[in-house]
Amino acid sequence: MSSTAMRGGVSPPGLLSRERIIAGPGFSRWMVPPAALCVHLCIGQAYAFSVFNLPMTKLIGITQSAPGDWKLTDLGWIFSIAIVFLGLSAAVMGRWVEEGGPRKAMIAAGFCWGGGFLLSAVGVYLHALWVVYLGYGVLGGIGLGIGYISPVSTLIKWFPDRPGMATGMAIMGFGGGAFIASPLSVWLMRQFSTPTHIGVAETFIILGVVYFCFMMVGAAIVRLPAPGWAPAGYVAPAQPKKLITTRNVFVYQALRTPQFWLIWWVLCLNVTAGIGVLGQASAMSQEMFPGRITPVAAAGFVGLMSLFNMGGRFFWASVSDFIGRKSTYFVFFVLGFVLYASVPYIAAAGSVGLFVLAFCVIISMYGGGFSTVPAYLKDMFGIRYVGAIHGWLLTAWSAAGVFGPVLVNYIRQYNVTHGIPKAQAYNNTMFIMAGLLVVGLICNLFIRAVHERHHMADEAGPLGATAD
Amino acid sequence: MPASTQSETTSLHLILAWGFVGIPLVWGVFQTAMNALKLFH
Repeated sequence: MSSTAMRGGVSPPGLLSRERIIAGPGFSRWMVPPAALCVHLCIGQAYAFSVFNLPMTKLIGITQSAPGDWKLTDLGWIFSIAIVFLGLSAAVMGRWVEEGGPRKAMIAAGFCWGGGFLLSAVGVYLHALWVVYLGYGVLGGIGLGIGYISPVSTLIKWFPDRPGMATGMAIMGFGGGAFIASPLSVWLMRQFSTPTHIGVAETFIILGVVYFCFMMVGAAIVRLPAPGWAPAGYVAPAQPKKLITTRNVFVYQALRTPQFWLIWWVLCLNVTAGIGVLGQASAMSQEMFPGRITPVAAAGFVGLMSLFNMGGRFFWASVSDFIGRKSTYFVFFVLGFVLYASVPYIAAAGSVGLFVLAFCVIISMYGGGFSTVPAYLKDMFGIRYVGAIHGWLLTAWSAAGVFGPVLVNYIRQYNVTHGIPKAQAYNNTMFIMAGLLVVGLICNLFIRAVHERHHMADEAGPLGATAD
Repeated sequence: MPASTQSETTSLHLILAWGFVGIPLVWGVFQTAMNALKLFH
């Protein structure tokens, strides 16, 4: 498809084809992480979407919600739909992303992500919530899914010596995207708001155009390594480690292996444990330390956790290059268990400092779980379809995105309605989270090398441009 | 036959590429860090 054979001759490869972006000998692989960051910094905006929630409840009433204004509960669905479509599109489109190459995928992601904002602006202008669901939720969600997986296998091919660090850099960008989007969105809404109008639609338009342009820069500079390329001085280990395969597993074959589903649960449980408290961090910290953590300090706590979420993505994925993926998840689950189980006692002792430290480490491991998993998949299933397999694995994120917050909210509510003081209402939740991490630990311990019957028989093909 | 890109990466290319993503990211991290400091006030 990429090299179009035409009647009477062979035409040059298309601008978006894989062949067109094979790097020449003088290309530096350090150009590829910025290309990946161009995409991940944009789609990371998803974590900051909540800054629009309150303004969107006052589009008619302006100063306060009026009859006909959208309700917060209805607006919450926008983010949920986007995350569901992230998982679905990453799963369904993963193979297309892998075979079409990163440039084609990044451009498609840019159109969907930028287009999602523009369609949402129309929805806000017409005050039709279903158009916003369709715009940001469906179209934007598809952009999220394609964009998230688009640079993963490319980075792994460029950094066979440090695959964890490489994917960690990109996925760190996803965590960092919210840092840019949140203040930028607030500033833009302020510029376009008047006493009779809230500038949400205009902000969506600006963000859609800016994100599209930013992602196109990433698509322009991304390159694939030439077949057989390896970093200078890099020699593949003569005796591969037990859990690192040199073979490849086809994407749909990978789904038939117990290893895929064990890693699915490993990711799902690690994310569930983190995402629930991440969403409730502000309220939880104030309720566990009444009078000591103020709303302003709680906002600072949320900011600090976001920094650790981002930093953990780079730190833990880089560490996994040295200690191995299985050992890294072992650390996540054991340390996470100890910290979660300690939180009720730390709160009872009234130690704000230890409480903050415990959650910063927990959230760093939540981020680390996301960034370490592509390299884990590469170790188990090979490079060739790692992006597509990663796409399927992201359904674990979608599941955890629903399961985690529900678990934290409902258990807290159950405790409060049964007379437990608010300061102790989270204790059961912490123990349940610790229990989930034990299950994740067991899943991780069961992971063994993929049986060779699952390996691809024919390694030659259009995707032969791998580093192995 | 792959149509490889022949342009060589220079230091300027790397500075521009990393600056393009690094400057907004550092700005965002700075804003968030300032917000996080409220925890210690």
